[in-house]
Amino acid sequence: MGTSSPALPGFWKRNQRTFAPWLFLAPGALMFLVYVIVPVFQSVWISFHDWDGLGPKTWIGLGNYVELLSDDAFYTSLENNVIWLVLYLLAVPAGLAAALFLNQTVTGIRLYKSLFFFPFVISQVVVGLIFTWFYAPNFGLFSALIQALTGTQVAILADERLVTYGIIAAGLWPQIAYCMILYLTGLNNINPEQIEAGRMDGAKGWHLFWNIVLPQLRPATFIAVVVTVIGALRSFDLVSVMTAGGPYGSSRVLSYYMYEEALSEYGFRMGYGAAIAVVLFLIMMVFITFFLIRMLRQERNS
Amino acid sequence: MLVASAACAGEIVLNSDQSDPAPKKAMEQLIADFQAKNPDIKVKWNNFDHEGYKSAIRNFLTADAPDVVAWYAGNRMAPFVKAGLFADVSDVWAANGLNDQLKSAAASMTIDGKQWGVPYTNYQWGIYYRADIFKDKGITPPKTWDELVAACAKLKSAGITPFTIGTKALWPTAGWFDYLDLRVNGYEFHMDLTAGKVPYTDPRVKAVFAKWAELVKPGYFIENHAALDWQDAMPQFVQGKAAMYLMGNFAVAPMKDGGLKQDQIGFLPFPQITAGVPVSEEAPTDTFHIPSGAKNKEDAKKFLAYLASPEAQTKINETLGQLPINNKSTVPDDKFLKAGFEMLANAHALAQFYDRDAPADMAKAGMEGFQEFMVKPDKLDAILARLDKIRAHAYK
Repeated sequence: MGTSSPALPGFWKRNQRTFAPWLFLAPGALMFLVYVIVPVFQSVWISFHDWDGLGPKTWIGLGNYVELLSDDAFYTSLENNVIWLVLYLLAVPAGLAAALFLNQTVTGIRLYKSLFFFPFVISQVVVGLIFTWFYAPNFGLFSALIQALTGTQVAILADERLVTYGIIAAGLWPQIAYCMILYLTGLNNINPEQIEAGRMDGAKGWHLFWNIVLPQLRPATFIAVVVTVIGALRSFDLVSVMTAGGPYGSSRVLSYYMYEEALSEYGFRMGYGAAIAVVLFLIMMVFITFFLIRMLRQERNS
Repeated sequence: MLVASAACAGEIVLNSDQSDPAPKKAMEQLIADFQAKNPDIKVKWNNFDHEGYKSAIRNFLTADAPDVVAWYAGNRMAPFVKAGLFADVSDVWAANGLNDQLKSAAASMTIDGKQWGVPYTNYQWGIYYRADIFKDKGITPPKTWDELVAACAKLKSAGITPFTIGTKALWPTAGWFDYLDLRVNGYEFHMDLTAGKVPYTDPRVKAVFAKWAELVKPGYFIENHAALDWQDAMPQFVQGKAAMYLMGNFAVAPMKDGGLKQDQIGFLPFPQITAGVPVSEEAPTDTFHIPSGAKNKEDAKKFLAYLASPEAQTKINETLGQLPINNKSTVPDDKFLKAGFEMLANAHALAQFYDRDAPADMAKAGMEGFQEFMVKPDKLDAILARLDKIRAHAYK
């Protein structure tokens, strides 16, 4: 691309500003279209069929969705996803608390920050394994602790009432670290003059935090909530590593159930798996639409 | 990941999932021996890991088929046979007298009256027990259900859990269900059940769970088994906290690795329950098949014929520490395998295992139900009703 390219000089010069952004976007947009947008529609298409991934597809219309409505395992997964969503959001205030605690200047604070951030860096699979051992009956630290306190053993991952909470606790560990980092960056960008002004007007402690610091952290809060909500809805790896949906399917979540039905050893019901995926997609769309509307509104206001 | 490339004449591509050390070694030997016998044929071997193989096979059978693939007998091969992805190898059976030599596994290799592969190894299941503990507590190995329950009571009162089990991966529960059903109702009923012809709410199925409850309710299984894999349940057995383990013969190696001596471990066939029911056993079989899309079927058939031969099966099972299918092969010199061979040779019929005899989605739901029953035996009716609901669409 020479500066004085002879081809289409007038046209290009006149419309350069209009076309340039699109040209820059094109490669990414094309990739996104081929690998994300089109497959979304393909999944919807597959969900109207009965298909084992090998033979011909049979059109069954809404058959898979009708079956979902009477499927106990689907409701268990849905319920677990709701529990995930609610409890996972605890990562936001917990991350904020950790960030406020670490936002000070003492010797070695960088080391502490790194240690707090560490769980987010290691793979979710490793987190899952660590917590599996932590909870393991007979040799796990947690189980030994419970035994010392109460005299009985509790196998968190074998108890249908506790298992989902046990996995969420494992998931919160890296998620809190992530929210903490978001808030630490937010705290770095706080306008010190406003704090000073607040102090002069006699604002202290909680008041200062609630009325002056927190409003300035709004962007960080927004991102933390978005990431946490989406993370909770697509929780898969921890469930897969820690319990494989067990005991007897009581810790299933939608994404894991989809995997089981469509891709695991006992599955290969592609249509049914796709139907679960579509339901999960629609649930996510509700949240994502809400987030997008908020974001656009903020953009306009600023 | 290696990809099966088009084989030239005189080359066969073989895909299998023998990632563990012993199977890998056995496979290497088999290929070397076959090539020595057939110098004009070269075997190109792609070895996959277990888990990856289960989904990879679906891809390469449809996209770029190798000439020989490893898989399993019974219902596990049915979807591939029905989708027309496995080639009919009845001619290999007929030309090599396999209908007689591989008789014990013929039924599980036959669909629509044709054979779709060649079996080369299986292993027995049964109750492995701590012979030293039995002797110490004065228990003779039980032959009937009542004797087994009495032995359990005796062990429990001595502070030893009768049975260890880890149900996290679900399939160990299926071993229990299969054996109880084979002993209470017999092989034919069990096959009808796994073929979806009998409702799970049938009183004969309830009778199976009634027997199971006699072990579950008094606490004859270890606690928290739903959090354990089958290997995690092994220390209890090795440390003598539990005295028995219903498992496949592959459990002997970890028992010895854990420090048990040969004479501390005993093997007993699953005790009789209903008198007069012919004794059948569990014996999952591993197989090789030729995909329909294979490019060099002629040489692939030579390979299967060799794999079926008595000498090849003797050697491969020597390395695997398992049992040959060919009745002209020699059984490895090992007390457990000898006992297993004896047991299987006299069996009325061989079941493949619940998750190979029943279709996939039924198997999954069924095993979850078994696990739930082992934790909450009182919920039996709800479990069976749910299983029957799944049966309604699993056998379409």
